[in-house]
Amino acid sequence: MGTRGYVLKKTIQALLTLFAVVVFNFLLFRVLPADPVDLLTRGQGLRLSAADKVALRHEYGLDKPVFPNQLIIYVEQTFQGNLGTSIILDEGRKVTSLFAEFAVPTLVLVGTSTIFSTIFGILMGIYGGWRRGGKFDMFAMGFSLILYAMPEFWLGMLLILLFSTSLGWFPSSGRATVGVDYTGMGHFTDMLNHLFLPCLTLTLAYLGEYYLIMRSSLLDVLGEDYITTARAKGVREKFVLRRHAVRNALLPTITLIALSFGFVLGGAITVEFVFGYKGLGGLTYEALLSQDLPVLQGIFLIASAAVIFMNLFSDLIYGYFDPRVRKA
Amino acid sequence: MPVLAPPIAPSTGPTGAGDEPPVSLGQLRSARQITWARRRRAMARFWRQYRRNKMGIAGIAILVFFAGVALFAALIQDPNSVNPSYVSGPVRHPPSLKYPLGTDNFGVSVLSLVIAGSKISLLVGLTASVITMMIGAVVGVVAGYRGGAVDTVLMRITDFGLVLPWLALAIVLASIMGPSLTTIILVIGLTSWPGTARLVRSQVLSVRERPFVERSRALGASDRHLIAYHVLPNVMPVILANAVLTVAIAILSETSLSFLGLGDPLTVSWGWIIEKAFAGGATTLGAWWWIMSPGVCIVLVVLAFTFIGFALDEIINPRLRER
Repeated sequence: MGTRGYVLKKTIQALLTLFAVVVFNFLLFRVLPADPVDLLTRGQGLRLSAADKVALRHEYGLDKPVFPNQLIIYVEQTFQGNLGTSIILDEGRKVTSLFAEFAVPTLVLVGTSTIFSTIFGILMGIYGGWRRGGKFDMFAMGFSLILYAMPEFWLGMLLILLFSTSLGWFPSSGRATVGVDYTGMGHFTDMLNHLFLPCLTLTLAYLGEYYLIMRSSLLDVLGEDYITTARAKGVREKFVLRRHAVRNALLPTITLIALSFGFVLGGAITVEFVFGYKGLGGLTYEALLSQDLPVLQGIFLIASAAVIFMNLFSDLIYGYFDPRVRKA
Repeated sequence: MPVLAPPIAPSTGPTGAGDEPPVSLGQLRSARQITWARRRRAMARFWRQYRRNKMGIAGIAILVFFAGVALFAALIQDPNSVNPSYVSGPVRHPPSLKYPLGTDNFGVSVLSLVIAGSKISLLVGLTASVITMMIGAVVGVVAGYRGGAVDTVLMRITDFGLVLPWLALAIVLASIMGPSLTTIILVIGLTSWPGTARLVRSQVLSVRERPFVERSRALGASDRHLIAYHVLPNVMPVILANAVLTVAIAILSETSLSFLGLGDPLTVSWGWIIEKAFAGGATTLGAWWWIMSPGVCIVLVVLAFTFIGFALDEIINPRLRER
């Protein structure tokens, strides 16, 4: 199969999975015992007559059979970009417009922390794997395992205790100082100040895992025959590491990091909650508290879509750098 | 009935229970005795290998300690010691002789809370992991053994399960089922089986092709016999090693879910304590003891399970030993 065939196959698979997620999402929320119209009007404190309820049911298409009519309506609207409206949190507001507002801070937080933890995890993993069993490796292994065993939000709370409550270096909550109108540079540094602790938390939370992945991937490669060949040819150790080992060890590492993205998203929910950081994670918590189901449903959908996209991304990267995969 | 079941003779010879040195096969008379002697020797060999692994021993030591604490909580601890209405301690008091881990904002000793929480945290971790292993093992064995269309369909479902972001799914499921202990256990079990299923399937695929399975099939063994007597015993070590690692993940998941308020609001678990500490402003008030204690317990138990899992993995996969 050529490159185009590979890309096409993977993309179609991703789209099919996305479609399955949409259907699954529909079914998940149909398991609910509560009547959607009761749920919808609960927050508004309305007392509707039976006739009004029938009218509402008709308006939302709830008087039609679940299969296939309601499913078709849901799938159609979802692919048209209509995720419904919030019923409690921000009543009547479109879920997509809520997401547009809250997605940017989350992208900034998850993006920066993923970049930092990937870079540091890989660099440390290369050094630790190369000097396996050395002082640095031992220390980094212990550190990584402890970080891996910590709940992210607990780590965040410890960092708040240290850097915020006792040292007072960084703010413990929010995305910007409330009640102060900074402009230009001042606004920017204020934002960075607020971003620092949650970003550090997520970076540390995944650093250990990425270190372990990169280290073991490098060890795998260092055991290969072509490394022995390179050494036998008299290639200097520095070049064996840089040209032969690291290049080949990076690929599975990057893939695994992309695959763990679903967990990073999960971590973002609790960490954003701890830091009162208003992003999609914080929104998820509020939607959960208020049982704002359309918002929850939408969050589940975009979180799954993000993971599917990252998987596709890692497949394509792998196919690009490792031609053997394309032929399989 | 299994076609090739060994003849079961009433045990007449020496049974060699307990710490007796392994008896030589010549002394034994029935097939059952031979099997058990073999099993005992395999266990002894396994333990000799395991004993050499320092991390594995440390893991077992930590676990035995916490199992003792949980047992203490279940049998001896006065449930009223964590009930704010029955205690009269100072509020948010730092660690002292009377309160070794300090108190919370109702004057309840954090030590009592942590002890009470150990029971639920371990219970949830173990039960959820059992559910995970059951689903994962059944799906993995059926897919790997049957192959063909069944395999394709099951693996599609598994891949689909791997894609779902677990915490988001857990939140949705928990909000549909309502907060309770059962919800947490089910949610963790239902969201974490796909990884296990994949692992088990790959093992089954390799066991299925081995000569002894083929021989047994040629002798007319049924699928049930092949799975029960040949495939499962050979896949079991991998399933168990994975189960140990799953417990670690399940305990962490329980903590996250409890922290988000999806657990039983009246049952103390380690995640529950952290949630109450955060809601009670422990971070901004500097009540570090209230936050530290449950978290350190979680880290220790998760580390213990991870160490044991790694140690088992090393024995099962000899290739890893080179590292």
